[in-house]
Amino acid sequence: MAHDTTIQTAGHDEHHHESPVVFGFWVYLMTDCIIFGTLFATFAVLRNQFNGGPNGHQLFEIGGLALETALLLISSITYGFGMIAAHKNEINKVIVWLGITFLLGLGFVGLEVKEFIGLIHEGAGPDRSAFLSAFFTLVSTHGLHVSFGLLWILTLMVQLAGTKTIPERMMSKLTCLSLFWHFLDIVWICVFTYVYLASMI
Amino acid sequence: MLGKLSLSAIPIHVPILVGTFAGVAVVGLAVLGLITYFGKWGYLWKEWFTSVDHKRLAVMYIVLALVALFRGFADAIMMRSQQALAFNGSPGYLPPEHYDQIFSAHGTIMIFFLAMAFMTGLFNFIVPLQIGARDVAFPFLNNLSFWMTAVGFILVNVSLFIGEFSQCGWLAYPPLSEKQFSPGVGVDYYILALQIAGVGTLLTGVNFFVTIVKMRAPGMSWMRLPVFTWTAFCSSILIMVSFPVLTVALALLGLDRYLGMHFFTNDGGGNQMLYLNLIWAWGHPEVYILILPAFGVFSEVVPAFSGKPLFGYATMVYATCSIMILSFLVWVHHFFTMGAGPDVNAFFGIATMVISIPTGVKLFNWMFTMYKGRVQFHACMYWAVGFMVVFTIGGMTGVMLAIPGADFVLHNSLFLIAHFHNVIIGGVYFGYICGMNFWFPKVMGFKLNESWGIAAFWFWFFGFFFAFTPLYVVGFMGMTRRLNHYDNPNWYPWILVAMFGAVLVLLGIVCQLTQLYVSIRDRNLPENRDLTGDLWNGRTLEWSTSSPPPVYNFAIVPHVHELDAYMHDKEHGINTRGAGEGVQYAPIHMPRNTAAGLSAGIFAFVLGFAAIWYIWWLAVIGLVGIIATVIIRSADKDIDYYIPAEEVARTEQEYSRQLMAQAAE
Repeated sequence: MAHDTTIQTAGHDEHHHESPVVFGFWVYLMTDCIIFGTLFATFAVLRNQFNGGPNGHQLFEIGGLALETALLLISSITYGFGMIAAHKNEINKVIVWLGITFLLGLGFVGLEVKEFIGLIHEGAGPDRSAFLSAFFTLVSTHGLHVSFGLLWILTLMVQLAGTKTIPERMMSKLTCLSLFWHFLDIVWICVFTYVYLASMI
Repeated sequence: MLGKLSLSAIPIHVPILVGTFAGVAVVGLAVLGLITYFGKWGYLWKEWFTSVDHKRLAVMYIVLALVALFRGFADAIMMRSQQALAFNGSPGYLPPEHYDQIFSAHGTIMIFFLAMAFMTGLFNFIVPLQIGARDVAFPFLNNLSFWMTAVGFILVNVSLFIGEFSQCGWLAYPPLSEKQFSPGVGVDYYILALQIAGVGTLLTGVNFFVTIVKMRAPGMSWMRLPVFTWTAFCSSILIMVSFPVLTVALALLGLDRYLGMHFFTNDGGGNQMLYLNLIWAWGHPEVYILILPAFGVFSEVVPAFSGKPLFGYATMVYATCSIMILSFLVWVHHFFTMGAGPDVNAFFGIATMVISIPTGVKLFNWMFTMYKGRVQFHACMYWAVGFMVVFTIGGMTGVMLAIPGADFVLHNSLFLIAHFHNVIIGGVYFGYICGMNFWFPKVMGFKLNESWGIAAFWFWFFGFFFAFTPLYVVGFMGMTRRLNHYDNPNWYPWILVAMFGAVLVLLGIVCQLTQLYVSIRDRNLPENRDLTGDLWNGRTLEWSTSSPPPVYNFAIVPHVHELDAYMHDKEHGINTRGAGEGVQYAPIHMPRNTAAGLSAGIFAFVLGFAAIWYIWWLAVIGLVGIIATVIIRSADKDIDYYIPAEEVARTEQEYSRQLMAQAAE
């Protein structure tokens, strides 16, 4: 994406610059954080607008949610192992850990889709009430982020396959994805507590 | 197969649109024909469309902004002439459904595609040069941002000839903008165009934030940062914090319309005031995103033409930062009538008035900079001093509107319209045009014609007062905004005066076009060329380069010793360029051009257009195209190159010879 080489430190030396990519991506994630923050605020405003329809207490099931949460949290750990392997330049291990992370993430998305389909079949789709509109939008924005992350993991696995070393540019891609993946974990913890648990209490 | 799209979407029964289409088609074909005739496609592709050079992108942004100015002004003068005609039983020449599209498009285009694009153009050109960098932090994203902005603008204009544009005003308030009341594609054009352009703007904000944090030349500490760069920095922060909120607000409106959700609908538990809060939590910072860089321009121009350093640099920086923070605390003043209660309204009213304090600090700083200076009345200074007059009046009417009690009376009236045009034309537009006159020689290597520039200023200045002072008056008399026709005889003469003002502004724009034409025609006359690179005895680093600067900006990265780095070096006899006999240049690492930004832009257009017309298979193609472009770009290993040291040395020696020839004269 970016060119570490357009960064200038002192003097003429063009070769030892700190890359702006990871910092830039972190800043970008903060803007993403504001998107989620706004969606949380929207949910807070609309959370009691049931329009005579079902509320969260009637709809949400803790069992599936616990499993979803576990899958996503564990996938963060496995991604962490992948990063450790990347720092040691063990490419095959990186690919294996990324693969495991991918499967865990896929499981999370699968469970979420299953939950959504169930809700829609019960007549509790996003067009039922403002509460459900806000719920579906917030949760599926997170789900879409995870799905995008899955695509990203696959892309990096393909790009890594068959290489001998991890160049700097690949390392910063892995680091960005790592930031992204852990960020989604944090968002999920907020979704889980504020959307699900708080609705069920 | 084609969703909602059919031949009936082409407005062949509206003569104005058919005429416009014919005009656009003739001019468009002529331009394409000329490019082909002169064999310039390869040149455009290699040097411009795929360029990641911030200087090239800056020029493309400003060209886009000027095109948007013509479109937006055409809308404006149509509204003024409609109101001048549609009095006392006459329907005028624009039926309500067409008139409503015109005022919606006018606001949307002027803010998003004139002001934002012009601002981004100025950022692009000036910021890397002022901080002594060779490019922005993410040159490819910079190119992508441009194409996203351009695609948004193209979509708005496609709505002229295929379908319709939004009829809901420039912020598309629900419930009017909901499917129930606006079933057509107009609002969808609005949402999709702004979402796509918004991607570009957000990436621009991130890009310039990172550039300014990470890429300043050695020695350039924060309190040595030129004021324009400071304002670009604060605007970038505002973009990063506020544009995601706009993205969400428009996305939720889109979900209401496309999937039948209930965020802002009348039924189902929706809440329209939520939309107003979200859109203004973006919208108020947005006006400061636009005005801060204009303040930055004046802070560069006034010292340059007063022959003095800026008065109160530190207070200028603190004022900029306080405006940045305060801009997030005032959004409710856009809807005092919501009924949030006296406590809330009082808080937001006072917070709004507080903003006038740092703004006043700035005005006094500029005036004290001129005080006892050797002020040269160059065309730039006309715009700067004109700004101080016009903007101050606009600021005062703003403080009036900030009083909740007064706002209840003036809300939604033409008084409000007069107020914000007062600050946006007098502040933002005057500022950007001032900047264009100031930096044009740096960009192109030749001056803008001064007399046409001054003529343009006077037409704009008086045109502004003739066009908008009457609106203050009729606003007080109770005339609400967006009226298609009316029968109050007391308003009529004022509306005619406003029409006259719009004609003066039109003459101002004609002068600006003439100024560009004359300047380009006479570019090779010796008195018009900028051979030294430092026409105005500039204070900041961009004036230490040749005009136009070489692709790498600085052969040797300058060291900054003081605020106003270049002036300091000139006064102390320091060679900022580091050029001279026997200097060893190193090869310079540069980013390579790429077509990925344009490719993503084209697919974004396909996605947007398809989603507007419910052509879902095509939307999938657009989406897959964007993702594929990004993945292919990510796998591309050939993204950079080196300029050999010999070439750098040749370019630099050429410039040194040019400078010596100038000095000898």
